[in-house]
Amino acid sequence: MSDQVVISPVVRQPRSYAWWNAVNAWLLLLPATVLLVAFTHYPILATIRHSFFIMRRNGTEVFVGLDSYRSMAADPIFWRALVNNFWFALGTIPTSIALALLMAMWVNRNMRGRGFLRLAYFTPTVLPMIAVANIWLFFYTPDYGLLDQLRGLIGFAGWNWLGDPSTVMSCLVVMVIWKEAGFFMIFYLAALQQLSPDLEEAAAVEGASRWYTFRRITFPLLMPTTLFVAINAVINSFKLVDHLVIMTKGGPNNASTLLLYYIYEVAFTFQDSAYAATLTVVLLVLLSTVALIKFGYLDRRIHYQ
Amino acid sequence: MRFFRQTMLAAATLAALCLSLCPAAAVDLTMYYPVAVGGPVTKIIDDMVARFEKENADIKVTAVYAGNYTDTMTKAMTAMKGGQPPQLSVLLSTDVFTLMDENAIVPIDGLVADKAWFKEFYPAFMANGQIDGKTWSIPFQRSTIVLYWNKDAFKEAGLDPEKAPTTWDEMADMARKLVKKDASGNTARWGVEIPTTGYAYWMLQALAIENGQKLMNDAGNEVYLTAPKTVGALEYWVDLSRKHNVMPMGSIDWATLRTDFLEGKTAMMWHTTGNLTAVKDAAKFNFGVAMLPGKERRGSPTGGGSFYIFKSAAPEQQKAAVKFIQWMTAPERAAEWSMKTGYVAVSPAAYKTPAMEAYAKGFPAATVARDQLEHAVPELSVHENGRVYKFVGDAVQAAVTGTQKPQEALAAAQQQADRVLRAYK
Repeated sequence: MSDQVVISPVVRQPRSYAWWNAVNAWLLLLPATVLLVAFTHYPILATIRHSFFIMRRNGTEVFVGLDSYRSMAADPIFWRALVNNFWFALGTIPTSIALALLMAMWVNRNMRGRGFLRLAYFTPTVLPMIAVANIWLFFYTPDYGLLDQLRGLIGFAGWNWLGDPSTVMSCLVVMVIWKEAGFFMIFYLAALQQLSPDLEEAAAVEGASRWYTFRRITFPLLMPTTLFVAINAVINSFKLVDHLVIMTKGGPNNASTLLLYYIYEVAFTFQDSAYAATLTVVLLVLLSTVALIKFGYLDRRIHYQ
Repeated sequence: MRFFRQTMLAAATLAALCLSLCPAAAVDLTMYYPVAVGGPVTKIIDDMVARFEKENADIKVTAVYAGNYTDTMTKAMTAMKGGQPPQLSVLLSTDVFTLMDENAIVPIDGLVADKAWFKEFYPAFMANGQIDGKTWSIPFQRSTIVLYWNKDAFKEAGLDPEKAPTTWDEMADMARKLVKKDASGNTARWGVEIPTTGYAYWMLQALAIENGQKLMNDAGNEVYLTAPKTVGALEYWVDLSRKHNVMPMGSIDWATLRTDFLEGKTAMMWHTTGNLTAVKDAAKFNFGVAMLPGKERRGSPTGGGSFYIFKSAAPEQQKAAVKFIQWMTAPERAAEWSMKTGYVAVSPAAYKTPAMEAYAKGFPAATVARDQLEHAVPELSVHENGRVYKFVGDAVQAAVTGTQKPQEALAAAQQQADRVLRAYK
């Protein structure tokens, strides 16, 4: 064999491979790109565009600029939904994360009935949303509900849990924590089982207390999971609609209206897609901000193994 | 060429087969309908539809239960915008302006040869659907609000069990006597309950009418929520719980109120007559049904659902829809529907059917809602109905939960309603 035969393919091949690699790569990316553009990017842009127009009853679109944003700023129900959403997020996120971590540490130990306990914690997650709403409706119904039955045993009067603006939000928060904590527990459980036992053993040798070990070793190592779970919790706190439809319809007097429920109501009950688009832009900005904080700030401060 | 011939042959055979096997192609109709009361309503509808199909083999009706009135309207409008609208639906009679604004429905005048049909119905029910000289809907599950009272509880409280309250003051007085406390001082039975979720605007309208106040104009672009008599109506409602202590505080759920009444947790309730048969079948005590008590006058808004035909339906579908509606509202069926649910039968002729006459004789409560029609006024119906209902409902809830004074709550609702109705002046 001559040298050329060996060398020439080596020289030519990278070029053709590079070309083919590029095509191949794009072809492989194509399905995901198409889906992403069609179901994420295009709808976002269309929504933003739509928020600057209104739909006349005869079907023509009229450009109104920032008018919809102005009426949104003057809409008391929008502000109410936003404030409610803030309290709802504040009520559900930290508690469900803390509870998830606690439950994960608990069922990560060697003990009897561990499988059963894990299953019990996870059950709320696999239940359909509507079923969850109906179960909790059964708890909260005044007089007949489980809560009031129990209160009745010790001589308390029934309480209109979902019909009272002072309790309705807490009732939803408790329900959502119940539903979410078990889901987040799974991530923590997986993360705990990934942790190398060396560090903990080293800490034990050094005589560190359990709390100290948790605070300085386990918890920092779980930070990537905590971040992931926290992002999910934030998204979920803006995603609640089904339960509201079944349980409160946002009432009484909007005390339990959350942003996405209000968007649903405006878009489908009032058939005002332009105003719904305007509200959706707000939701989009809120969630994008969360994503930016995650990628721009938190990710850099977290130790990944 | 051979392939072409074979294909042709196959097609011809298929066509011949179809001609011999299938009779004239059936017209398919999809109908959405709501359920807002207790009892096996979906079963009753399915049964009626099945009988209609048996008598009319060329029409196939798919009746889809779509939730409460709001849900059904939402589903119908969303389906329409998605390009798959139903051909006909039962929707609130008051949705007419919204459906017209959305260009969703056709007037029924052009679809029927004999206009005398429209005269068969109670004028009070036709009134909602007749706008600008055209008929946009045909009444079906129509109602008025009635007062249900527990005769046994009345007897126990030392009241005449055959006499329901006729005035607001009388109702508050009787209710006070009917409240029962248990050993630990908690209320075991309330005097009266008026629901504040679901259709709060409807109840407020009843109180406003009784106080001598209309809630809207005929053009459907103005509401009168801050009129002193409307405010007075809401004040009376709030006073029942906060001053007289005869009604539970906070919001009262439309859907569970019937259970409260049946369980004896309230001695009186205001509810749609559409619940009558469900109450009759489940009550373990003697009960009565009366017209609502009055202040300046007696009165209730009419309520409930009517048939609408959608514009997008093909001409033969619209024709078939009319046929179906005529069948469903014929006197015998209207009587049957009224007996099975409690809704007001939509035509006087229905009350003259032998079945209905016999039923009303044994159960006089069955005609109270109809008799109340003479005091009834059309239900609150304006443009942007869904929005305005929400504003009014929010105001009622704000007031009964004590978040706002009736005056402030209604002022806020009026302001918001004015904003959305401005476009229709």
